[in-house]
Amino acid sequence: MSTQPDKTVQPAPVETVNIEVDGIAMNVPKNSMIIEATDKSGISIPRFCYHSKLSIAANCRMCLVDVEKAPKPMPACATPVMDGMKVYTQSRRALDAQHGVMEFLLINHPLDCPICDQGGECELQDMAVGYGRSVSRFSERKRVVADHDIGPLVQTDMTRCIQCTRCVRFLDEIAGTNELGMFGRGDRATIGTCLEQGIDSELSGNVIDLCPVGALTNKPFRFSARAWELTARPSLGVHDGVGSALWYHTRRGRIMRAVPRENESTNETWLSDRDRYSHFGLNHNDRVLEPMLKVDGEWQNVSWDEGVQAAADALRGTVAEHGSGQLGVLMTPAASTEEYYLAQRMTRGLDCPNIDHRLRQQDFSDDGTQSASMGFQGSMDAIDQADVVLLIGSNIREEAPILGQRVRKAWRAGASVAALNPVDWNFHFDLKYRNISAPQNMVSELALIAAAVATASGQNLPAELRVAGAEKVPDSGHQSLASLLISEGNKMLILGQVSLAHHQSAWLRQLSSWIAGVTGSELNIVAPGGNAVGAAKAGAIPVHGAGGSEVDRGLDCRSMLNNPLKGYLLWDFEPDHDTSNPALSMASLGAAGTVVAVASFAGESLRACADVILPLAPAAESQGLYYTLDGQSFMVEPAGRVAGQARPGWKILRRLGAHLELDGFDQVDLASIRREMLDDIGDAENGSTAAELAQLDEPVQESGLHRIGDVAMYGVDALCRRSEFLQSTVQAQNDFVGLNPEDAASLGLVDGQDARLRQADTQITLTVRVRNELPVGGVWLKSATAISGLMGDSFAAISVEAV
Amino acid sequence: MMKRVIEYFRSLLLIELMRGLGVTIRYFFRPGFTINYPEEKTPKSNRFRGLHALRRYPNGEERCIACKLCEAVCPALAITIEACQREDGSRRTTRYDIDLFKCIYCGFCEESCPVDSIVETGFLEYHFENREEAIMSKSQLLAIGDRFESEIAEKRQQDAAFR
Repeated sequence: MSTQPDKTVQPAPVETVNIEVDGIAMNVPKNSMIIEATDKSGISIPRFCYHSKLSIAANCRMCLVDVEKAPKPMPACATPVMDGMKVYTQSRRALDAQHGVMEFLLINHPLDCPICDQGGECELQDMAVGYGRSVSRFSERKRVVADHDIGPLVQTDMTRCIQCTRCVRFLDEIAGTNELGMFGRGDRATIGTCLEQGIDSELSGNVIDLCPVGALTNKPFRFSARAWELTARPSLGVHDGVGSALWYHTRRGRIMRAVPRENESTNETWLSDRDRYSHFGLNHNDRVLEPMLKVDGEWQNVSWDEGVQAAADALRGTVAEHGSGQLGVLMTPAASTEEYYLAQRMTRGLDCPNIDHRLRQQDFSDDGTQSASMGFQGSMDAIDQADVVLLIGSNIREEAPILGQRVRKAWRAGASVAALNPVDWNFHFDLKYRNISAPQNMVSELALIAAAVATASGQNLPAELRVAGAEKVPDSGHQSLASLLISEGNKMLILGQVSLAHHQSAWLRQLSSWIAGVTGSELNIVAPGGNAVGAAKAGAIPVHGAGGSEVDRGLDCRSMLNNPLKGYLLWDFEPDHDTSNPALSMASLGAAGTVVAVASFAGESLRACADVILPLAPAAESQGLYYTLDGQSFMVEPAGRVAGQARPGWKILRRLGAHLELDGFDQVDLASIRREMLDDIGDAENGSTAAELAQLDEPVQESGLHRIGDVAMYGVDALCRRSEFLQSTVQAQNDFVGLNPEDAASLGLVDGQDARLRQADTQITLTVRVRNELPVGGVWLKSATAISGLMGDSFAAISVEAV
Repeated sequence: MMKRVIEYFRSLLLIELMRGLGVTIRYFFRPGFTINYPEEKTPKSNRFRGLHALRRYPNGEERCIACKLCEAVCPALAITIEACQREDGSRRTTRYDIDLFKCIYCGFCEESCPVDSIVETGFLEYHFENREEAIMSKSQLLAIGDRFESEIAEKRQQDAAFR
């Protein structure tokens, strides 16, 4: 990690100076660079190493400009403006300098544009047209640099590298992994990995966009299309709630690659690897291409008419035969808002109150109170300006890589970051306070922090929040964190997906909600899925309807699975990976009379439990409105051509509703559905406020081992799990069980040995890895991996024994 | 006035008609100019643009590197290319189709090719019996290249001085 900058350095007040560029007078902020001024006013200066989001290196020398009274040309990216400065970007001296630099850059650059993937979108190629000579004067041998294999996502061709060091600076500054460096000097300088390892950053794909030449290119996309053949279609990343803006580049209707689309309020100019490479799973063999019906245990492809008829009959049959309370509607947290809206209208139209999208949550005991609402109180870009960030049960790097990057940005600007986590995750920022507690101790630890905050701020902890474990007294750590939290400045609590999936998540939510209220911090909840906020707004939740309207309260996701219902409608998820308890889900769905599934992908588990499967177009091929965690809404339009007979979700629901003869399903287009929906949602408040508290059951203090089942980074949804390139990354290799050295010793297990894991009726055998970053009493077995699909609750007691 | 009177009488005498017939009669008795195609052929320029071919290097390796410049430059959109990484890591086409009904034989593909892979041979005697035969696949184009390689190489040698 690079050293943290000194917080005491105050930013200078914004003063401006007058300069003149090519005869045009400008008024620009003092201490800014010439290139910033010219970029703002549309004067183009060629550059390779300069990037507005990265530090200034000034090592390509392409941006040399003529400054009056300067003895020689100056680099525009590293020359601060001064009052009365006169800059000439097109003078003979400036152009000569730029032509000279170009000639030097091209000396060692291979002439392999025809086989280079960057050809056609290459900054060097473009510049060479304007500044290069038509014939090279260099007749000696060009240098050749050996390539590195840096993983399954990024292809290297280091001979093409012009040593701009953008990739090195990106990994140092933004991604924080320091995985690349420059070695050697002069014409032997090369970019390489420090220990001949791959790049494992969750943001590694961005070096492809940053590389001005073809040295780093997109490996899965390699050689498959040319820049000029591709049509860019705007879309959104739906694997986390950040709503990263991206372009899908399509050729003949097929999505070939994804590149970031600039949006300062969400993803800036970056894109997580998950959003960039997930679309390679779109054409997986598991993709549902036609409506399917299970007849005598065999799957048959049927027409849409038959499929919809069968689905409608199944739903109506369940309600008519067993009562409307015997139907359960479970939806992915990544569907479009219109889908949630129509689904809840259909469900409630059948007099059934049971609809939920919080598939990974176990504890719903605070449902109906303010603390149960999802999303951010503040905005995502406010993380950059935070002074104190407390992560509660959050591996933010994996849950939302873009937000992790923002926390790192805040830390680089001097913020104090603290964490209460079940695993000491390898963050790209330093923690000022670190509390690594096994899941069964997280509530009591947070209660101690709350108690310390109460003491420090002179407030009383409300009776509802007193935990039996709180007879313990806050130690100096809790107190130092409390003093951080009551200090002046922008403070925020980030409640992550571990907290939401935790077996006592209601306690964690209420405690953090109270702490946030007392300390004046923002409470930001990183809900899983691409549109959890939209689901709550549209009413795909048992406690309220669209826009928070009053409805009969239904069963939450967990209750629907705990007491098996007679019929289920599953919307685009896999029961063995996307729920908090795969074994329970599979058992309950298996016992149900009818299961209708609407899904893009049907793996073995869905084929085993469903009776009807209707093919759904995934977000990249569909349209709809998506809400980010902080409540911004973005429209998605279809990017790729829909595969097979798949249809957008709103069309499927509209047709199902019409078949069920329900009111309100006679819309002809998405726009009218959206109009109705937005009228109903109104300006419903997003984010959580520290108001009502629920009286929760006393948390049971458990002893023994407890599973830490955070979701695998590339296992968040069916599409990611089917992208072979994401699945071959280091982050996707999760078939191991992690144990603290102390627990491992007491169980008589050593690193590399096989252990048998038991949870309720399930058991598997896995290799043990002894990890110091785990707390005593915690057993790390990730969720949403191939093997964890056979297990029980992601956060619950687990037993481990040697084989 | 006099002129119009003279023209009037000339037209009555059909002098223009007789003159025209005179040309016909003169050619009627001259020896005929006939090329007995296909036994006899007129000479062709070495820049003649006929049927397309994909060439190979002397070691048998196909030249085409799937840069897709010909596809991009083709004004008739007659070329369709799909590419991938071959097992040895090199960039190769998996599909290289030329629709000869669309092709206007402008020779831009040949001009744009950085490795002299796609060329237009001097071969012009070909026909199709079905519409679908007009789409030349990669293997057909390579076979044409193999068949005419010596001729193509010779033509390019002759033209080298002017390139």
